[in-house]
Amino acid sequence: MEQKSDTSQLEEAGLIAALKAGDQSAYAELVERHSPTIYNLALRMMNDREEAEEVLQETFLSAFRAVGRFEGRSQLGTWLYRIAYNAALMRLRKRQLPTTSIDEPLQNEEGDLIPRQLVDWTARPDDILLTGELRGVLDAAAAALPETLRGVFTLRDIEGLSTAETAEVLGLTETNVKVRLHRARLALRERLTSYFTPSGAGGGQVGGAYVGRV
Amino acid sequence: MSVECRDHLDCLSDYVDGELDPDLCAEIERHMAECGDCRIVVDTLRKTVSLYRRYGHEDVPADAKGRLYAVLKFDRQAAAEKPRA
Repeated sequence: MEQKSDTSQLEEAGLIAALKAGDQSAYAELVERHSPTIYNLALRMMNDREEAEEVLQETFLSAFRAVGRFEGRSQLGTWLYRIAYNAALMRLRKRQLPTTSIDEPLQNEEGDLIPRQLVDWTARPDDILLTGELRGVLDAAAAALPETLRGVFTLRDIEGLSTAETAEVLGLTETNVKVRLHRARLALRERLTSYFTPSGAGGGQVGGAYVGRV
Repeated sequence: MSVECRDHLDCLSDYVDGELDPDLCAEIERHMAECGDCRIVVDTLRKTVSLYRRYGHEDVPADAKGRLYAVLKFDRQAAAEKPRA
């Protein structure tokens, strides 16, 4: 766990005390502070705005019911993100749909992680950005990640949590977080290369067949 | 990709994050000086990470936030006007 500054630890302690005392402004502060990460985690896990919103609501409803029993062994954020992650996982289980896309060949075996697309597109995205397509491209590529990689990727690379905190939220070892993050990044790199390379799959569709150049 | 490229593959995220052991880092850089494929993989991996860091986060939509406050039975304005000491 990263060392928090004394000031932020004091703030956290004050906030916990106020929450336990039922101070409504403390509840509001908790929501303001943590709803962005919870929403983004839920959105990337569910790939559905409505369900992400429901996970966000469920998380705070559960947290507020349980805050009296919060023992402060983890940071409030870590605790909330874990509640949100578990809520999202429960929903995914209930969907009872295949959890990975059938055109997802990258994560099946170790050997599949070897980069296939070796074209340098690093100068291209800014042009694409001007057309307003970039976010859609990034979302589609992230949506195709297997569930097991989505949480790690979102917390580390989108929300900027440390490896240690991500491990605590998701109940993984730090090594496992690093391995999953690396797999997620390689898969995303592959998909973005398909998109950003002129000869990429479908001339710009993310999620199509991979066009290897090796 | 060569066997040597594959040997380095597992370390590339740590390398991009600046968290790799200095000796391994130097080894990868020596390899990249001679290997265009690995340079491309590293550059595009780094760009992938930076794109998501920059554009991946989405703000909670204002209407969703309003509904959250309603579900939680918050008086949003009162909460905002009475900041916690």
